[in-house]
Amino acid sequence: MSAALDLALCALILGVGLASMAGRGVFRAAIFFITYGLLVAIGWARLGAYDVALAEAAIGSGLTGVLLLAAHGRLRRLRAAAESLSRFNLPAAIAGGGVALSFGWAWFALPVPRAPDLTYALPQAGVGNPVTAVLLNFRAWDTLVESIVLLAALIGVWMMARDADWDAPLGLRYHARPSGVLASFGRILPPVGLIFGVYLVWAGAESTGGAFQGGTVLAAVGLVAMMAGIMRPPRVAQGAWRAALVLGPVVFLGSGLAGAALGAGFLTLPEALAKPAILTIEAALTVSIAVTLALLVLGPPDEGGQQA
Amino acid sequence: MADLATYILTASGLVFFIAGTVGLIRFPDTFSRLHALTKADNLGLGLIAGGVAFQTETWAQLAMLTLIWVLALLAAGTVAQLVARAALSTPEQK
Amino acid sequence: MTVWLHIVAIVLLASLGGALWRVWRGPSPADRMMAAQLVGTGGVAVLVVLAALQDWTLLVVALALALLAALAAVGFVKAESPDGAGDPEETDPPEDWRTNSQKVPQDG
Repeated sequence: MSAALDLALCALILGVGLASMAGRGVFRAAIFFITYGLLVAIGWARLGAYDVALAEAAIGSGLTGVLLLAAHGRLRRLRAAAESLSRFNLPAAIAGGGVALSFGWAWFALPVPRAPDLTYALPQAGVGNPVTAVLLNFRAWDTLVESIVLLAALIGVWMMARDADWDAPLGLRYHARPSGVLASFGRILPPVGLIFGVYLVWAGAESTGGAFQGGTVLAAVGLVAMMAGIMRPPRVAQGAWRAALVLGPVVFLGSGLAGAALGAGFLTLPEALAKPAILTIEAALTVSIAVTLALLVLGPPDEGGQQA
Repeated sequence: MADLATYILTASGLVFFIAGTVGLIRFPDTFSRLHALTKADNLGLGLIAGGVAFQTETWAQLAMLTLIWVLALLAAGTVAQLVARAALSTPEQK
Repeated sequence: MTVWLHIVAIVLLASLGGALWRVWRGPSPADRMMAAQLVGTGGVAVLVVLAALQDWTLLVVALALALLAALAAVGFVKAESPDGAGDPEETDPPEDWRTNSQKVPQDG
C-alpha cells in the first residue's frame, strides 16, 4: 500500500516537473513550479526528512511563488516579450539534460557514502535534533559561509538599483484598499506567523524546525504585511535593518572566535556551553535570514516602480 | 469507536475533495470553477483533519490540526475573493 | 486503519492530479492560480494524513504550508494589478461584469 502511495507521488512529481518545462507560457510554468515545490515537500516528508520538507514547503511553494509571479507581472508590464522566453531552447535543453544524466550516472556509479555515526557525537552537541547539531556544531563552517552567501546575494540584488533610487524604499510601492480583504489578511496572518516562526526556531533544537525554516516563515509573513500595505518596506540606509542583516553572521563569527580564545578551536563549541551558544547563534541567524530573504524578494530600491 | 469516526469523516472529506476537483474540471467558466473549489476543498480539509483528529495522541496535536484548518480557511477565503476580483477587473486578458 | 489512511492519501493525490489538469488547461491565469490553490490545500490534507501514518511531527510541515498557502496568490493579484503593487478591490468592478463574467476568457 505504501509503495502505491510512493508511486503516485513520484508520478505526480515527474509529471509536474515535465509540465513546468513543456509547453508555451511563462505563467503556466511558474504555477507548475509552485506546485512542484509542494509535491517535493511531500516527497521529503515521505522520506522522513522533516526539516527539509519544512524548508521546501516554506521556500519552494511560498517565497519562490511570490518571486516568480512578481517577475512575470513585471515582464508583462514592460512589454518585454514574455512569451519569447518559452521557445524551445536547444542549448539549455542539452545543458539541463546533461546535468540530469550525470546525476543519474553518479547515483548508479558512485559508492553510497556511509553516513557518519552520530550515536556518540550527538549527546555532546548540545541539541537533540541531529540536523541542527550538524548545521550549527559539527559543520558550523558551512553554515557560517552560507549565511554570508545569503548576504552577498542581497548586495548583488541591490547593485541593480539606479543611483537616483538609492534612498527610496525597497521594492514597489504596495498599496491596498484600507478596509479590504487583503488589508485584513495582512493584519491577521503576521501575528500567527510570528509565533509559529519563533516556535520553529525554539523547537528546532530538539525536533523539526530550525533557524532557516523559522526565518523563512517570518520573512513570508513580513512580506504579506508589506504587500497588504500594513508595514512599510525599509530603505537601504536604515541602520537598524542593516544591523539585522549582519547580526547573524557577526554573532556566529564572534562565537567562533570565542571558541578559539577559550582554546577549543575556531568554531568549536565547548560541550558545556554548546546548548546556550547554539540557541544564541540560531536566534541571531533567524533575524538575519528573515530580513535577508524578505528584502531579497522585495528587490532593489525602485522609485519608478514598474517603469524600466 | 474512534476508528469508525475516522473512517466516516475522512471518507466524506474525500467526497468533497473529489467533488471540488470534478467541479474545477467540468464547470464552464472561471467564476463557477472558483465557487466549486473554495467551498469543496475547505470542507474537505476540515473533514479529513476532523477524521485524523480521532487518531491524535495529545491535545497539542489536536490544537495544531485545528489551527491548520483555520489557517487554510482564512487563506482560501482571502484568495478566492482576491483572485475573483482580479479576474473580474481583467476579463479580456489572457 | 493504516491501509485506509494510505488509500485516503492516494485518492487525495489523484484528486490533486485532476486539479493539475486545470493548471495545464487554464485558460485564464485566475483558473491556473485557483487550481494551484486547490493543489495547496490538497497537499496540506495529504500531510495531515501522513502525520497520522508516519510521524505527528509532520503536522508542523502541514501548518507551515497552511500558513503560507495564500502567499503565492497574494503575489499573483499584486502582479496582475496595473502597477504591480495594487489590490483588485481598490477599483470598482466594470459596469458590465454580470454579462462579462458569463464569457469564458480565451487563451491567446
